[in-house]
Amino acid sequence: MASRRLNQDLPVIARFEVRHRNYLAPNGSINRPLPAFAADADLLISLYRAMVLLRLFDQKAVALQRTGRLGTYAVSLGQEAVSVGMASAMREEDVLLPSYRDNGALIWRGVKLEEILLFWGGDERGNCFSGPVHDFPFCVPVGSQAPHAAGVAYALKLRKEPRVAVCLFGDGATSKGDVYEAMNFAGVHKLPVVFVVANNQWAISVPLRLQTSCETLAQKAIASGFTGEQVDGSDVVAMRAAAEEAVAAARDGKGPRFIEAVTYRLGDHTTSDDASRYRSADEVQARWKEEPIARLRAYLVAQRMWGKADEERLASECHERIEAAVERYLATAPRRPETMFDHLYADLPEVYAAQRGELAGEHDA
Amino acid sequence: MPEVTLVEAINLALGRALEDDPDVVVLGEDVGVNGGVFRATAGLQKRFGAERVLDTPLAELLISGLCVGMAAQGLKPVGEIQFMGFIYPCLDQLVNHASRIRNRTQGRLTCPMVLRTPHGAGIRAPEHHSESTEAMLAHIPGLRVVMPSSPERAYRLLLAAIRDPDPVVFLEPTRLYRTARGELQDDGAALPLDHAFVLRKGRDLTLISWGAAVKETMAAADALSAEGIAAEVIDLATLKPYDESTVLGSIAKTGRCIIVHEAARTGGFGAEIAALIAELGLSSLLAPVIRITGYDTVIPMARLEQFYMPSVERIVIGARKVCQFS
Repeated sequence: MASRRLNQDLPVIARFEVRHRNYLAPNGSINRPLPAFAADADLLISLYRAMVLLRLFDQKAVALQRTGRLGTYAVSLGQEAVSVGMASAMREEDVLLPSYRDNGALIWRGVKLEEILLFWGGDERGNCFSGPVHDFPFCVPVGSQAPHAAGVAYALKLRKEPRVAVCLFGDGATSKGDVYEAMNFAGVHKLPVVFVVANNQWAISVPLRLQTSCETLAQKAIASGFTGEQVDGSDVVAMRAAAEEAVAAARDGKGPRFIEAVTYRLGDHTTSDDASRYRSADEVQARWKEEPIARLRAYLVAQRMWGKADEERLASECHERIEAAVERYLATAPRRPETMFDHLYADLPEVYAAQRGELAGEHDA
Repeated sequence: MPEVTLVEAINLALGRALEDDPDVVVLGEDVGVNGGVFRATAGLQKRFGAERVLDTPLAELLISGLCVGMAAQGLKPVGEIQFMGFIYPCLDQLVNHASRIRNRTQGRLTCPMVLRTPHGAGIRAPEHHSESTEAMLAHIPGLRVVMPSSPERAYRLLLAAIRDPDPVVFLEPTRLYRTARGELQDDGAALPLDHAFVLRKGRDLTLISWGAAVKETMAAADALSAEGIAAEVIDLATLKPYDESTVLGSIAKTGRCIIVHEAARTGGFGAEIAALIAELGLSSLLAPVIRITGYDTVIPMARLEQFYMPSVERIVIGARKVCQFS
């Protein structure tokens, strides 16, 4: 490093730092004093219930996919704390811009399980959901919803509405210009938006070290002029705390925040993927020790907030809720083919009426 | 009535839209203090403030993506891309989001945005500044593609585009910005989208064009008139969705058709119109449909661009051929 020595006489004009947040150790013990909300047992239990529901729902969805009753599906296994923790800090009027692995956030915000199944079952009606009417649907082209989040936040700020946009994406998305362009703009205008990367270490088969040589993803916020924080994304208490702070700051006009949630994708990328092609069973096994549900359960049990009977009751409640949703999903009447024209434009241009009619006729025949 | 240039008409329409509707915002590179590289947004930031007329960072993907987010939240964003050669980073947003968010959410979220950009050659601009790739955009379901060719149509179609509840790409003819002049009353009245305009009536031959090439097409119709050929001229104006019935109605009358566009020939929008006529107008045809277009080359830089663009002479020669066919 001859050049570094050579330049030692040059003044340092800026220094940056990235903080890491964690409260619960993988075994559920406490690493540092918990945030105030953790005194609220009901809240912690609601976070726990949401993560368990998500995991069981994912299991059912995969079973449906394997038996030909659902299309390709992306599970949240191992990273349930990210979407659940983030959504739990949002208000109804805030705007969620999720990626395709953020079922947990949608469910928290009131999207019905059968609506999520409908989407993954190949029906656009699943995106016309019961969650907040202004929330965005799952974004499939990676990171391309980040500029939308900046646009949404600009609109909120222009209208002086105390609302926040929350945009979730994965580690692969941080390699895309979309994400940087959006964060950069959000920084310029101090927009009420929180960007959250679920850094689950793998973008399908590509490991993080091939996405970036940065020590953290959180530091990418520094180039956009605002704070980036690294959070233990498998600790839902840390996720919730970071989310609360970031959303409050954005709502108070303090500008955007970036949260890097460090977690691990224990499952395949989607039901179409086989992760054993590119990572070892040993690696995955080791990561099971960090997963968020067992971690929070250990804490709750140690605090006598949760017991075996609660666990059994929760499992059967989730099971009933999921089975009922699956029934409604499977009973959903198919759309008539010509309805593919119905939301193409506000009013279907006359010139396409013949195509629509042709499709309607073929169907009847 | 005051006479304005095409770019002044655009400026008037933007001012009118900002005045009429607090949800309208104008965004792009240099659209603020500078008033846009062609001055299409001159004076607007001063009148409406930097929150509603904003200079964005130099990032075209961002401009289009911001428009989608703003529009889904109920604003009516009008984004500017400085030249069509720089619109390509926006394609992901246009194809994957703007044009289909209504359909993806079954009408829950919509995208009332306009993305404006100057298109076409003829101003001796640098490389990448002379594109006419409208066919690429017109292939996208759910989008509207509008290309005005006169100050009045620029003003009234831009107002219609901004008021439309769906996304519109609005392609403005660069070389007509200051050369096309016409009388215009700034009265806020719109012209209909999805509607072709018959600029000149004629019984012998139909000339169909759009955007900048309408100028040469009209000049060719004048020249043909001196030879005793009465050409009907249609300005398609909206390419997506386009006015099939005006096209077919004219062919039923004249039986002869030339399509004139500046874009490269293969896969150009002329091919779509020729296919329509072949499918639904064949029995009216007295001669093959021909296309007078840019060549299947990269659009040349300034020194050769005049040889690339369809000239009045090429259109006239084509017309004679079509009229002599028997």
